[in-house]
Amino acid sequence: MKDEINKSEKVANLQEFVEQDFKAETKIKIVIDSFKQNKAALVSFFIVVFLIFIAIFGRYLMPYDPNIQDRNVIHQDASLSHLFGTDEHGRDIFSRILYGTRTSIFVGIIAVCVSLFVGTVFGSIAGYYGGKIDSVIMRVMDVVLSIPSILLAIALMASLGKGIDKAVLAISIVAIPDYAMIVRGCLLSEKENDYVQAAKVVGASDSFIIFKTILPNIASSIVIRATLGVSSAILEAAALGFLGLGVQPPIAEWGDMLGRSRMFMLSYPHEVFFPGAAISLTVLAFNLLGDGLRDAFDPKSRRL
Amino acid sequence: MFKYILKRSLLLIPVLLGVSFAVFLIMRVFSADPSVGEGAAGKYANEEQRQAWRDSHGLNDPIPKQFFLFVKGAVTGDLGKSYKTKLPVLEEILARLPATIELAIASTLISSVLGIIIGVISSIKKNTIIDNLAMIFVSFGISIPMFWFAIMLIIIFSGQLHLFPSGDVIDQSLIVESITGFYSIDTLLTGNFEAFFDFLRHLTLPSIALGLHSMAVVARMTRSSMLDTLNQDYIRTARAKGLSEKKVITNHALRNALIPVITIIGLQLGGLLGGAVLTETVFSWPGIGKYTVESILNSDFPVVQAVVLFVAVIFVITNLVVDVLYVVLDPRIKFTKKGAV
Repeated sequence: MKDEINKSEKVANLQEFVEQDFKAETKIKIVIDSFKQNKAALVSFFIVVFLIFIAIFGRYLMPYDPNIQDRNVIHQDASLSHLFGTDEHGRDIFSRILYGTRTSIFVGIIAVCVSLFVGTVFGSIAGYYGGKIDSVIMRVMDVVLSIPSILLAIALMASLGKGIDKAVLAISIVAIPDYAMIVRGCLLSEKENDYVQAAKVVGASDSFIIFKTILPNIASSIVIRATLGVSSAILEAAALGFLGLGVQPPIAEWGDMLGRSRMFMLSYPHEVFFPGAAISLTVLAFNLLGDGLRDAFDPKSRRL
Repeated sequence: MFKYILKRSLLLIPVLLGVSFAVFLIMRVFSADPSVGEGAAGKYANEEQRQAWRDSHGLNDPIPKQFFLFVKGAVTGDLGKSYKTKLPVLEEILARLPATIELAIASTLISSVLGIIIGVISSIKKNTIIDNLAMIFVSFGISIPMFWFAIMLIIIFSGQLHLFPSGDVIDQSLIVESITGFYSIDTLLTGNFEAFFDFLRHLTLPSIALGLHSMAVVARMTRSSMLDTLNQDYIRTARAKGLSEKKVITNHALRNALIPVITIIGLQLGGLLGGAVLTETVFSWPGIGKYTVESILNSDFPVVQAVVLFVAVIFVITNLVVDVLYVVLDPRIKFTKKGAV
């Protein structure tokens, strides 16, 4: 009798397990299929992969040293020897843009990782525990949100000082509320579910429930937001660079290149065109990728 | 309704206090000593003079006392004096505010009108080439850095085609008597139409540059809101009644579809104020944005502190107005609110 019960239990468990596995597989398949159908998202995915490739291996592709100054070739137009021309110090703009890919992608991804981590921790605590701690955290987020992000980033840079590490810090701080709000919202609705109650009954610790049980379930929303976050981080970093608050010379950064060439814009338009086009392409690719991921993961939110 | 507004207004107080504290922390506690370097205590000041300068500006007081004095000043409208010009910061801000307001209004007008038109057309022509082109424009509009777009506008329309001037508000040769501080109003009041049209020509490029991003956001929102509305039963009813398509779109669909769009337009204002920092710098537009950048580069901390606080106040008040407007415009929300209470 006992054996029979055990056996049937085992069979039921196995069946459930197989079904679960099957469901998981089909869900991923649906997401991938739906992503593949979205041409803009697919193209942007390859552009992002390409940009990351350039960021890592760009140094081997650069025809010139991005920092070498050559007085003989200042302000040259685009030509075969200098694909994008040269700047006021005779530096090769194409090589500087390749190097700048590294700077921008690095800043974008690191800044998003930092704000994602801090935001997730604060958002989880606020959403899971609720009550006073929730209101305190959310009021702090309200404060950060009530200052336009670029202005806050500029103010932070003004006091932290120039430098790429400080730019990453400023951009991360500005974006923390975005992630905290999303994670909190998801947690509020998710924590009422049976599986969370079950984990509580079993005696799982709060941190186990938050990080191992709930967060994996809301990972897709966070990943989507983070992809879109990379594009805004790159834009903000470029804006800081443009105002002369970003990287320190001679490091190549797109916004900084644009800001420095601005005074020659009417005589040498190519010097401002290429860095700006690089920023636009990168931001566009991350935006379309984020949109595509959102549509693929959540068909309900798909734009009509 | 009144209760709702009052409750929301009271909630602003802790947020604004928090903003002041954050700004205070950023500018006074974490930042470098303002008495070092140019502009403040003087370039060649020795240690003793710098200490005296710090004493006279209250920077050697305990931090809580400094914060209390800062908040007390802010509440009474005293935002301190600029280290550089020695003039009250509030005066300096108010002198530059009109130029920024004019720029913000112009770009909001351009972005909402064009954005709504683009959104409506692409929703009517859904999945056609027009719709696709509009959506490509929207994607670019959201992704292009505003300062680069501004520079490209200057190169094309000012440098190459000589259609619009760039830089400054008005031609140097024209003299405008200052009455309200708003160039558009002052030129009209004094009947100086030449200056008025010259001002509009100067205003064109900066407001397009500043408005591009909002235009794209508004167009996208209008399109999805219109598509949502066009699927509703009452649109089918209106069509079944035999109304012309034009009437269905303008009288029935657009009116309802615009409610979320208005919210988006209001919420764009924060981005607009941030964007003004960059646009004004590129176009040498003498507003608050350019002033902020200059003050940061000069380490003029009282000014930066005051501007950030000032912008935050405008921002949270606009958000409140947008929320209230939303309730006023959409009777369903009001109804459920009453029902809930």
